[in-house]
Amino acid sequence: MIYQDSKVLLEVRELCATVNGITILKGINLTVKSGEIHAIMGTNGSGKSTFAKVIAGHADYEITGGTVDFEGKNLLDLAPEERARAGIFLGFQYPIEIPGVANNQFLRLAYNTAQIQRNKDELDPLEFDDLVREKMKLLEMNPDFLDRSVNENFSGGEKKRNEILQMSLLDPRIAILDETDSGLDIDALRIVANGVNQLANKGNATILVTHYQRMLNYIVPDYVHVMESGRIVKTGGKELALDLEKHGYDWVNVEQPTTAGT
Amino acid sequence: MSVALQNLINKPYEHGFVTEIESDVAPKGLNEGTIRLISTKKNEPEWLLDFRLKSYQQWLKMEEPKWSNVKYPKIDFQAISYYSAPKEKKKLASMDEVDPELLRTFEKLGVPMHERAALAGVAVDVIFDSVSVATTYKEKLAKVGIIFGSISEAVHTHPELVKKYLGSVVPVGDNYYAALNSAVFTDGSFCYIPKGVKCPMDLSTYFRINTEESGQFERTLIIAEEGASVSYLEGCTAPRFDTNQLHAAVVELVAHDNADIKYSTVQNWYAGDEKGVGGIYNFVTKRGLAKGKNSRISWTQVETGSAITWKYPSCVLQGDNSVGEFYSVAVTNNYQQADTGTKMVHIGKNTRSTIVSKGISAGHSNNSYRGLVRVAPTATNARNFSQCDSMLIGDLCSANTFPYIQVRNNSAKVEHEASTSKIGEDQLFYFAQRGIGSEEAVSMIINGFCKDVFQQLPMEFAVEATNLLGLKLEGSVG
Repeated sequence: MIYQDSKVLLEVRELCATVNGITILKGINLTVKSGEIHAIMGTNGSGKSTFAKVIAGHADYEITGGTVDFEGKNLLDLAPEERARAGIFLGFQYPIEIPGVANNQFLRLAYNTAQIQRNKDELDPLEFDDLVREKMKLLEMNPDFLDRSVNENFSGGEKKRNEILQMSLLDPRIAILDETDSGLDIDALRIVANGVNQLANKGNATILVTHYQRMLNYIVPDYVHVMESGRIVKTGGKELALDLEKHGYDWVNVEQPTTAGT
Repeated sequence: MSVALQNLINKPYEHGFVTEIESDVAPKGLNEGTIRLISTKKNEPEWLLDFRLKSYQQWLKMEEPKWSNVKYPKIDFQAISYYSAPKEKKKLASMDEVDPELLRTFEKLGVPMHERAALAGVAVDVIFDSVSVATTYKEKLAKVGIIFGSISEAVHTHPELVKKYLGSVVPVGDNYYAALNSAVFTDGSFCYIPKGVKCPMDLSTYFRINTEESGQFERTLIIAEEGASVSYLEGCTAPRFDTNQLHAAVVELVAHDNADIKYSTVQNWYAGDEKGVGGIYNFVTKRGLAKGKNSRISWTQVETGSAITWKYPSCVLQGDNSVGEFYSVAVTNNYQQADTGTKMVHIGKNTRSTIVSKGISAGHSNNSYRGLVRVAPTATNARNFSQCDSMLIGDLCSANTFPYIQVRNNSAKVEHEASTSKIGEDQLFYFAQRGIGSEEAVSMIINGFCKDVFQQLPMEFAVEATNLLGLKLEGSVG
């Protein structure tokens, strides 16, 4: 939701990035204020997921230009774990499997790390168990997954729910959800979207990176950005997503001469 | 491999100090004279000298084995000193008279030598270079008939037991290093649990090599009579020297009917520096004979040290329904090499064995699992399950698995599972994205990987092993 008195959380200016010498991002501009929900849409290979990973600090990408300010700090100076502790959350498109590490152990360590960052008390395993079970209800998750290894042999839907569960535990300032809707059946999509909606508030912001419009039926964005060849080529309100759905991404390219330069 | 990962494995070895203590060291070199000297110094009976000389003759006829997957320059057996002992000023009457320098050494290493200070209730036998310097809780154990102390002492106090069992599980000519050990062994632990006695506390031996260019050839013998049970722990450290030192031990276990021996090792010998200079050659023969029916022998080892580890704690399952177990974590870093595993030899009916091996390689190291499961024609309904998992950290190390399976009885069931995994950048990024740094991430992944083995260790050893692994792999991930 757009609030009049909200402050800027994330300010991206002319961000350029390469991977293995290939330029993927070619000057991204984006301003995200607290309370807002943004959707970044685009075809495969347009640079959406790269953008998400670059913000989180993935080491494969080299920043070749531009700036990223997060609450007044230079985000690009921070290591990935420092960005996370500062309140940047990435919901992975393909959550990583970690055999041998129990999910509850992993979640508790992540949670307590965030607690330390906020000068709050760490929770012991029993206290944490109560908390996590409460959060899991929101996502209609089976408690037995706490004892399983992180993401190992999880179904696509379970992995995505696990991402949202982590988001709910870490309570980030900005959550970037990379294709969270992919691989979800309609019930799972509803549950996940419901979780995201419940977590959104005046103090935080959400960036949905998605290919399809369907998730935006459940999570209504304040802004929709279309990405093409490493740039945001068009920005509009929620109706832009519907136009895209109707006309396809080529429609943007035809339109581009009149709207380029955002 | 990133710098963070790199830094994470390369934590310095903390037991690398040398104790300044006056030692009685035999001149370097090996011949019959050396063996007679050792035997004289230890005031040994004639039969033991004969045992040594016979072994020496065997050894002379043997070839140094070459089949392992490890590389090292030829060992000059004439450049090693075969006997080194801290000089005693007088005969010790109690623990309080142990050289304070020695006590400080073991305090630094965290070994409880003072009985009253030992909160854990573990009886400890301490071996410094070639001799046993102290044994705690001896009298208390003696009350229930348990004999626990150094083997040199047992030679005098219980010659009939030593004579009966010495070399009964590992014959003198078993292999090159076992023959060498049989000729020159200096000290080690001896433990005898009489019929029906469950040892009331963990027994522990702590080995320390202090003198440069001395070898340690210890000999351990554990016997559990019918219905007896014992849990035995072994720990090892050595100072940091640029030269390689040879450690060629022999451990023999005998379990009679319904007896149970659990042997746990945390091996943290000096591993050499990050360029592979120095460190211990750990060439050890460990074997347990599950002699009686329903007997059980269980080996648990955490191998983190040594420049080269070459050992296969094994079980000979002779008694019907006997059980053999092997749980191992072997970690190699820098230029360390490990070729380790086990042998399970099924002879009796309904014998069962379990092998769980976890190898972790980092740096330029090479880590091999080598195991033999042999089912003899007599071993009807034998069962074996083996699980060998390797984990690679970085891309300069290697891991190998060499399982040998020989089955000569149709009713046998042998299962083998193996896996190789790698701590990936993506896993570390996932942790980082949740605020968890690479050091904690690696320790969490490794502990998860080793869980099945760690839970076999006695409590305090499990804690030590977990910490040790953390230290060992610090700086290796990225």
